[in-house]
Amino acid sequence: MSPTSAGPIVEVSGLYKSYGGRTVVDGVSFTVEEGEIFGVLGPNGAGKTTTVECVEGLRTPDAGRVRVAGLDPVAEHDRVTRVLGVQLQQSELQAKLTVREALELYASFAPHPADWRPLAERLGLDSRLGTRFAKLSGGQKQRLFIALALIGDPRVVVLDELTTGLDPRARRDTWQLIEDVRASGVTVLLVTHFMEEAQRLCDRIAVIDKGRLAALDTPQGLIRRSAGATVLSFTPSAPLDEDALAALPGLASVTHKDGRLTLSGTDETVDAVLTLLARRRVTAHQLRVTDATLDDAFLDLTETSTP
Amino acid sequence: MSSAPTPTTPARRAGTLVHPGVLRTEIRLFRREPGALFWIVCFPALLLAILGSIPSFREHDEALGGLRLVDTYVPVTVLLGMILGGLQAMPQVLTGYRERGILRRMSTTPVRPAALLLAHMVVFAGAALVSALLALLLGRLAFGVRLPAQGFGYALALLLAVAAALALGSLVSALTPTSRIAGAVGSAVLFPMMFCAGLWVPVQSMPDLLARIVGWTPFGAAAQALNGAAAGHWPGWSHLGVLAAWTVLLTAGAARWFRWE
Ligand SMILES: Nc1ncnc2c1ncn2[C@@H]1O[C@H](COP(=O)(O)OP(=O)(O)OP(=O)(O)O)[C@@H](O)[C@H]1O
Ligand SMILES: [Mg+2]
Repeated sequence: MSPTSAGPIVEVSGLYKSYGGRTVVDGVSFTVEEGEIFGVLGPNGAGKTTTVECVEGLRTPDAGRVRVAGLDPVAEHDRVTRVLGVQLQQSELQAKLTVREALELYASFAPHPADWRPLAERLGLDSRLGTRFAKLSGGQKQRLFIALALIGDPRVVVLDELTTGLDPRARRDTWQLIEDVRASGVTVLLVTHFMEEAQRLCDRIAVIDKGRLAALDTPQGLIRRSAGATVLSFTPSAPLDEDALAALPGLASVTHKDGRLTLSGTDETVDAVLTLLARRRVTAHQLRVTDATLDDAFLDLTETSTP
Repeated sequence: MSSAPTPTTPARRAGTLVHPGVLRTEIRLFRREPGALFWIVCFPALLLAILGSIPSFREHDEALGGLRLVDTYVPVTVLLGMILGGLQAMPQVLTGYRERGILRRMSTTPVRPAALLLAHMVVFAGAALVSALLALLLGRLAFGVRLPAQGFGYALALLLAVAAALALGSLVSALTPTSRIAGAVGSAVLFPMMFCAGLWVPVQSMPDLLARIVGWTPFGAAAQALNGAAAGHWPGWSHLGVLAAWTVLLTAGAARWFRWE
């Protein structure tokens, strides 16, 4: 194996995959640098799982090039499994296998396994070691699969819906775990539906919509890029006329509700609103200016209709 | 059921097909299946015990060449465990492993999912052999049934029969998408197979033509090979050949149609 220190550790370029004549991944390209936490966001059915399972070598692309640490995940599957840890969106274990047995077994698969005990402890599995898989709760199963993804001490870990089904505390503990894992040099490819998770963890995010790459940027970059990056809301002391509002530069949206006005746009919009208020001698009660969230950017970037 | 921690030893080689950890796990899991344990390991011997306790089964019969009915039922019960396991237990487990994504999860590790299938087959074969041994021993100790006179030929026929049962079970698993369907198909094939092995009428008591037809089926051939070896002759290449041919054919079918997901 020649671990390429130069160049991206995960490379996806021009990836296509279709099922029964329907294209579900349509020319997706991105690269992940070593030590990065890279997020994949997108509506249900966008093709996220299909994309990352091509990276894992579980699905064979119809076209395009995929490399993990310089290896082809399909043709060199065996070698890729040695550098890649995987948590699938959906999988199971033998019903009567206990947590301890599963951890020991999967540790025994890896060339240089991590110690499973501290991992189990951090994921709150230490009190469930003797429990059979079928008797675990949904969140406990999820934690076990996170542990199994990390147990081989991989260079790259792919997590498909990392914290789905976890309670808020477990979710935060898991984020901390992923940050620690990354601090030790592991590259993380993360599929998620939680914007808070993406915003906190990811260095860069690919937004996939209907099989296409809709955007690729840092979380802040995505927010800035969305049409209504800044949100301004206040209750005006006197009504403002629609024409004046519509003429505001950079305006993305206006909503009235119970006498309260909410505008989204750019910093320029905010300046213009303040000027307008001063000129009309209107007072803005309970004025709030907030950055748009990743949620807003996401909704903006992905179309409303899902396949 | 042991919960003793086993040391986490790294897998020895790349893309391993035989993995000691997987095998150990499958042995443990098998021991947690009381149903499979009973039907594969205990039931055949139990059946022999019940049949042997019927007085008429212990009377010598000229029509059977001086054998007693209990003598003729030993090979039948020797085959029964592997038939039950191969058609009722194994295909459901293997199909379930695929259906529930367990093979898929395993294929993301350096150990190939085939190692899991293989380990399960080894465990199943071991259980079938234990079951056969139990039936032989019970026949010998409780009813004075002589141990096979042609021991080597008997062992050879037995191993071939286990291989055929493995192949048949794998084919059922390969052809069925869910473990429920695997169970249904297994049951449908189970009864003719048990009939051919002589569960209702031992092959020695079958009419000539029927015995000859049954001799072309895997377990009919196995029963006749075992009978021959029990009586002290070499099992006969035709029967062994039929068994081997079935094994090759069924294995090829299973390999051809098996899907990993
Ligand atoms: N094996 C398959 N056979 C047929 N169609 C498939 C298969 N796998 C995925 N698809 C289709 O491809 C599309 C993308 O699926 P995929 O699982 O990649 O979506 P996703 O982005 O992961 O969605 P989610 O957020 O719901 O997990 C879906 O429309 C799905 O129906
Ligand atoms: Mg998905």
